[in-house]
Amino acid sequence: MPIKFDHVTYEYPMEEKPVVAVKDVSFEIADGSFVCVCGENGSGKSTLAKLMNGLLQPTSGTVTVDDKSTATEVEKELFAIRQKVGMVFQNPDNQMIASIIEDEIAFGPENLGVPREEIGERITYALDAVGMSEHRHHTPYKLSGGQKQRVAIAAVLAMRPEVLVLDESTAMLDPKGRAEVLKVAHELHAQGITIVLITHFMEEATQADRVIVMSSGEVVMDGTPEEVFRDREGIERYDLELPIVDDVAAALSQQGVPIEDKIYSVSTLAEAICRSK
Amino acid sequence: MNNIVFGQYYPTGSVVHRMDPRIKLLAVILYIVTVFFIKDYTMYGAILVFVLGVSCVAKIPLKVLLRTVRTIIFLVLITSIINLFFTRGGKLLVKWGVIKIYSEGIHHAVKLTLRLILLMLFPSLLTLTTTPMELTDAMESLMKPLKVIKVPVHAIALIMSIALRMIPILMEETNKIMLAQKARGADFDSGGVLKKAKAMIPVLVPLFVGAFRRADELALAMDARCYSSVAKRTKYKVMHLSVRDLVGGLICLAVFTVVFLNKYLWAFDSMILALFK
Repeated sequence: MPIKFDHVTYEYPMEEKPVVAVKDVSFEIADGSFVCVCGENGSGKSTLAKLMNGLLQPTSGTVTVDDKSTATEVEKELFAIRQKVGMVFQNPDNQMIASIIEDEIAFGPENLGVPREEIGERITYALDAVGMSEHRHHTPYKLSGGQKQRVAIAAVLAMRPEVLVLDESTAMLDPKGRAEVLKVAHELHAQGITIVLITHFMEEATQADRVIVMSSGEVVMDGTPEEVFRDREGIERYDLELPIVDDVAAALSQQGVPIEDKIYSVSTLAEAICRSK
Repeated sequence: MNNIVFGQYYPTGSVVHRMDPRIKLLAVILYIVTVFFIKDYTMYGAILVFVLGVSCVAKIPLKVLLRTVRTIIFLVLITSIINLFFTRGGKLLVKWGVIKIYSEGIHHAVKLTLRLILLMLFPSLLTLTTTPMELTDAMESLMKPLKVIKVPVHAIALIMSIALRMIPILMEETNKIMLAQKARGADFDSGGVLKKAKAMIPVLVPLFVGAFRRADELALAMDARCYSSVAKRTKYKVMHLSVRDLVGGLICLAVFTVVFLNKYLWAFDSMILALFK
């Protein structure tokens, strides 16, 4: 069980009154799963992400990664956790330190004290995994948003993490860039890396194993995409925006079109409608 | 700011470009010291030939090299004029009211001009043939001995490289903010210096706020990738001295030695003058 939240509460210390960002949250993220955390702005989903690798430590309750608590002051233990739980942030420009992509990827392994020869191998592996090998000696400045974000993923991959947390990493991208990043995330998932995708785009949740919906710091819905999307009442209450395909499918089935009750992408829905005749 | 390599870097892939940046940096430092020791025209000529020779090998067009002198042309003019009018000594050549020009004055002015131009040329060759990243690496490597007296060499180098990386990003942001302000009727182009400076305030404030926000996020991203200024890191890029570097270094050393020998032992100038007598 890589990541386990046990009655976790986090309060941002403010001068007048602390702001509660995460309220008594308990859940586990299974090895090799693809979990999507959705929610409105300010629902606490980003705070949740930062609790996963000890960037923030819970005010109460415990977060454990492979049975080790993130609440430690020992740098070595924290680094062991952060090596296992890699994190990619929202703005690609604000998370890169080097002017050459190769150096950027090398930064993480260098910090871990990985031997020089192995860093070279890791760079090759990581850039290959995100399909950016031909840019190895270039500068990230010229890349598109999606490409920059893929480099940021590669930089984390070079640390050989077990879990990859994408903290709203698609939020600033155009649809093409978003698709690129999601494709990489699914490819990595297929290789056995656990993916935690934090997003406010519900359509990104359709292909996840599990969807967790946050609202005002609490987990309000938790289940497979089918289960969550089916819960119309919940969807409405938490003001979630379902992918338009899903709305269409629901409306069609209400109108008596005999289509199967499941989650569709545009192409699979089109196919189902054609078959239904 | 549409080029990936900012600063003056002029890529030609020559031998000089491929030289170890540490050797180049040391050569420039020695060169600057050497230029201050030159007293006679022969040596000014010799050094000028040397600099032009290096720029030939580096395949830097003369026009590009001379462009760098443009930035100091005013300094050169003003200092040489002051020297011309205020140096007393030698024969009185021109007397016109209060203005008196002596032969020493002319010599001083010419030598000073030569010296300033020479001081500009060779260091420009360094920045024309070396990327800022290479220079940062070279400085880090050369400053390594300072670690003994607890100078945070690596942190300084990291600060420099992050600053380099942020330059194009912040420039882009400045442009965006200026366009946004212009769209709302801001006027940056008219009025005196004071008015123009005032008009920049609405640009600088958001720029600074943005820069701090970026710094915050960058620090978080570095934390997530296990950066620590105290832990032992490995380094992926290692600089190696090659035969090319040794040869280049020796040539520079030879030229500088000639200048010193000339000053203290030979005095070419008087030898040449003796020939003409």
